[in-house]
Amino acid sequence: MSAGLSGGGLHVLGPVDQIPVGEGRAYGVAGEQIAVFRLRDGSLRAVSALCPHKGGPIADGTIDRNVVMCPLHQHAFDLETGCSTTGAGPLRSYPVFADGSQNVVVRLP
Amino acid sequence: MTALASRGRSTPADTRRRLVVIGNGMAGARAVEEILARGGAVQHRITMFGDEPYGNYNRIMLSHVLSGEEDAGGIFLNSLDWYRENGITLHAGVRVEKIDRFAKLVFSDDGRATPYDVLIIATGSRSSMPAVEGLYTPGGRLLQGVFAFRTIDDTQGMVSYAQQDHHRRAVVIGGGLLGLEAARGLQSHGVGVDVVHSGGHLMNAQMGPDGGAVLRRSVEALGIRVHTSSRTTAILGGDKVRGVQLRDQPNIECDLVVVAAGIRPNVEVAVTSGLPVERAIVVDDHMRVPDEDEIYAVGECVQHRGEVYGLVAPLWEQAAVLADHVTGADPSSVYLGSRTATKLKVAGVDVASMGLQAPERDTDEHLVFSEPSRGVFKSIVIRDSKIVGATLLGDSRKVAYLTQAFDRGLPLPEERVSLLFDLGGPGEEAGVAELGGDAQVCNCNGVSKRAITDTVRGGCTTLSGVMDVTRAGKGCGSCKLLVRQVVEWAADGTVDEDPAAEYYVPGVPLEKAALMSAIRDRGLRSVSAVFAALAPAGAEDAKSKMGLASLLKMMWAGEYIDERDARFVNDRVHANIQRDGTFSVVPQMKGGVTSPEQLRRIADVADKYNIPMVKLTGGQRIDLLGVPKEDLPKVWADLGMPSGYAYGKSFRTVKTCVGQEFCRFGTGDSTKLGIEIESRFQGIESPAKLKLAVSGCPRNCAESLVKDVGVVAVDGGRWEIYIGGAAGAHIRKGDLLATVDDPGTVTLLAGRFMQYYREHANWLERTYSFVPRVGIEHLRAVIVDDAEGIAAGLDEAMQRSVDSYTDPWAERNDPFTPGQFRTSLPLEVLPRVPIR
Ligand SMILES: Cc1cc2nc3c(=O)[nH]c(=O)nc-3n(C[C@H](O)[C@H](O)[C@H](O)COP(=O)(O)OP(=O)(O)OC[C@H]3O[C@@H](n4cnc5c(N)ncnc54)[C@H](O)[C@@H]3O)c2cc1C
Ligand code: SF4
Ligand code: FES
Repeated sequence: MSAGLSGGGLHVLGPVDQIPVGEGRAYGVAGEQIAVFRLRDGSLRAVSALCPHKGGPIADGTIDRNVVMCPLHQHAFDLETGCSTTGAGPLRSYPVFADGSQNVVVRLP
Repeated sequence: MTALASRGRSTPADTRRRLVVIGNGMAGARAVEEILARGGAVQHRITMFGDEPYGNYNRIMLSHVLSGEEDAGGIFLNSLDWYRENGITLHAGVRVEKIDRFAKLVFSDDGRATPYDVLIIATGSRSSMPAVEGLYTPGGRLLQGVFAFRTIDDTQGMVSYAQQDHHRRAVVIGGGLLGLEAARGLQSHGVGVDVVHSGGHLMNAQMGPDGGAVLRRSVEALGIRVHTSSRTTAILGGDKVRGVQLRDQPNIECDLVVVAAGIRPNVEVAVTSGLPVERAIVVDDHMRVPDEDEIYAVGECVQHRGEVYGLVAPLWEQAAVLADHVTGADPSSVYLGSRTATKLKVAGVDVASMGLQAPERDTDEHLVFSEPSRGVFKSIVIRDSKIVGATLLGDSRKVAYLTQAFDRGLPLPEERVSLLFDLGGPGEEAGVAELGGDAQVCNCNGVSKRAITDTVRGGCTTLSGVMDVTRAGKGCGSCKLLVRQVVEWAADGTVDEDPAAEYYVPGVPLEKAALMSAIRDRGLRSVSAVFAALAPAGAEDAKSKMGLASLLKMMWAGEYIDERDARFVNDRVHANIQRDGTFSVVPQMKGGVTSPEQLRRIADVADKYNIPMVKLTGGQRIDLLGVPKEDLPKVWADLGMPSGYAYGKSFRTVKTCVGQEFCRFGTGDSTKLGIEIESRFQGIESPAKLKLAVSGCPRNCAESLVKDVGVVAVDGGRWEIYIGGAAGAHIRKGDLLATVDDPGTVTLLAGRFMQYYREHANWLERTYSFVPRVGIEHLRAVIVDDAEGIAAGLDEAMQRSVDSYTDPWAERNDPFTPGQFRTSLPLEVLPRVPIR
């Protein structure tokens, strides 16, 4: 968590409108798989893309304002913290935001 | 006859007392459980005889078996393994005929003489058969089509008889608890039912005439005809049931008769063996037969202080006392009789009754509240400020408190009206709080109040969660209300509701009908609009999205605003997600018909994209498994065939047989009709998947009887339409909706049924639950006879959905959203589905 705005931990993933509102897309970032979601209020969330339960593709999940549900067995995970609300292991969560030119920026520790 | 369990070896070292139990029913097995719980296996070598060729089962649940909610396998209390593990020798299907009290032997009908040191008689009772002409054949057997309602065999016999299609009407003799259960159960097989009751009102053993009148209204509202003060004088038919004759009313035609006119204790063995028998086998407060040191009796075959009980709660108490004595665990233990309070759901109506039905003395107070239009009736009899009797119908909120007050003679509030309603008097909690920890809340599964409170304190605070963990309320269900009250009490009012039970989707607190009208009134055309307008704080809910999307699409057809994030991934990419995150593609093959050209293309595509597995599905289609998401558009493009519906909560496929064209038996062109139906309804959303079939003759090669909608060609160019069948986790034969003259009418009625189902079923409720819940009679009235005048509206709504169909695979060339087909799979390889 040490990287500042100018630190090497920031990664620009391309235009926000690559992600349809209410859905998620997966990105490979520095060897990590990250699912980025664009909520209906326009804000972004980023969590690891691999479901800790049985490896389901998290980016294919269904979301609301708080959680993402894995498409395979419907385990749910808090989008802010990555913690499961249904008793599965946690996802990792990453700081994410849109920069001035509407690009997705994610920060890796 | 067979001895199912291995016989207990009498090795010379075994000096334990020989305990023999006659009767393997609810009381016999319970007594043995209580004995084992007191360490009785150390002292006793146990042998049980049971007339029925099974282990021990929950007789109460037979009503559920009859209605199809439970299958016979699911109601066993103790499996054969249980007997084996506890070293109990079970002679199942063996009847005991006589006891020699002096030689201490029991003789059974397999020619065996079994010695005992201690004997328990638990022979229960059987249906009492009224003296009615024509009930028996000259050979002494029940006339074909006449059933008692007592055992698994009775119940299964009834079910299979009722399911034969030409059997359409039943008469139940007896309007007590059992008769009403039988009537309701038979209805779920599409059989019309009349109840003939000799008493002046229904359930006259449990309630007075006013309550009976309210109950009658509720029962009639279910479509059951009731004839009270009416005696059956003869069964008509000769070779099989064709009707019943009543004393002073016209005959009723029917194919099936159920006798539920009371029970008679099984006392033959006791009588023949010289034991004291009055109304039943006489026992003392230790459950011992008088003057017999080593013979006990328990259950419905017993008369204790002049009382004979016909419910399970008393026999649980009896079994505990008996076990205290047999094992010597507590020689001071006594049974002093039970105050029976009945809490039941009879034919879907909550019924509770205890003690007196009506005042007997001038000084008795009597509170009565009656609201027949809602099916609610409450009556309480009070003597010396104590409750001595109560009847509650249709509203059981006060049951727990009243039962407690009745059992324990609790002092009553001055303001009596608070006994009937919640007016700040002693509420439900007061009653629950006073229950002892050992008090049994669920009788079917023997769950105590303590077990429930411990579970809640362990962190499980939803009713459904507690029910899952403890199994409380999962038997006959009559205690569910009490279970809920105990959970609420234990959780100090912080019970987490499980709204999914009533709401169409968990995130919007409305039942389906209310939800639909709110959506229509406000013109809500998208999932996000529904959340904004109707969800608490306007919050979206991931779990609710898919159900809402399906509902809106059904309601608005072409005017629906399609938000892709509301769809499940399958419906976003038009393929079925697999366990490794890849997808499967099932090219459309209407009616299961394909061509060499199609097959060749499929084979080429499979080669080109290294499809790991090509498989035929249960629905006669070809499945290409293991396609990565990013390959989907290319695979579809190369196939050049439209999407087959193998995913989603929607109309899937129509399975067909060869039919008339090629089959030598076929009487109808099943393939053609199947293709027509599949073309018409392709892609239609529904609350759960819909699988259909069309067979060309009653040989049913397409398995039409176990489909959501199944069509069978019958002789004379006619077609039968079955609905509500299933052959998956649940197996159910569909109910005959109609027999029609032409394929056009088949398509019309099938569509009308599907539309009715789409409008009225709960989210994820398959037709095999929906059809019995709503009732085939009602469906037939609405769909075939247009009794509610809505048929044209249903047809029109379906037509709108059909017209708004677009081929989702067209998106292959023009993705609907950016990255629609971009992989979501991680770089590292997941546990791969094995490649064959
Ligand atoms: C359809 C139905 C619904 C019911 N619903 C409820 C309800 O909701 N609530 C409630 O409290 N009660 C209900 N009851 C009543 C409850 O089932 C009985 O009170 C209970 O089963 C009595 O137990 P028992 O062991 O005394 O008799 P049973 O359970 O009848 O067991 C007696 C067993 O002994 C066997 N037997 C008899 N004679 C011999 C012999 N000579 N040799 C060997 N074996 C013999 C019989 O075959 C039988 O299996 C219902 C009953 C039925 C039939
Ligand atoms: S159901 Fe009848 S018509 Fe169809 S294939 Fe079987 S035997 Fe032939
Ligand atoms: S793999 Fe995600 S819930 Fe099972």
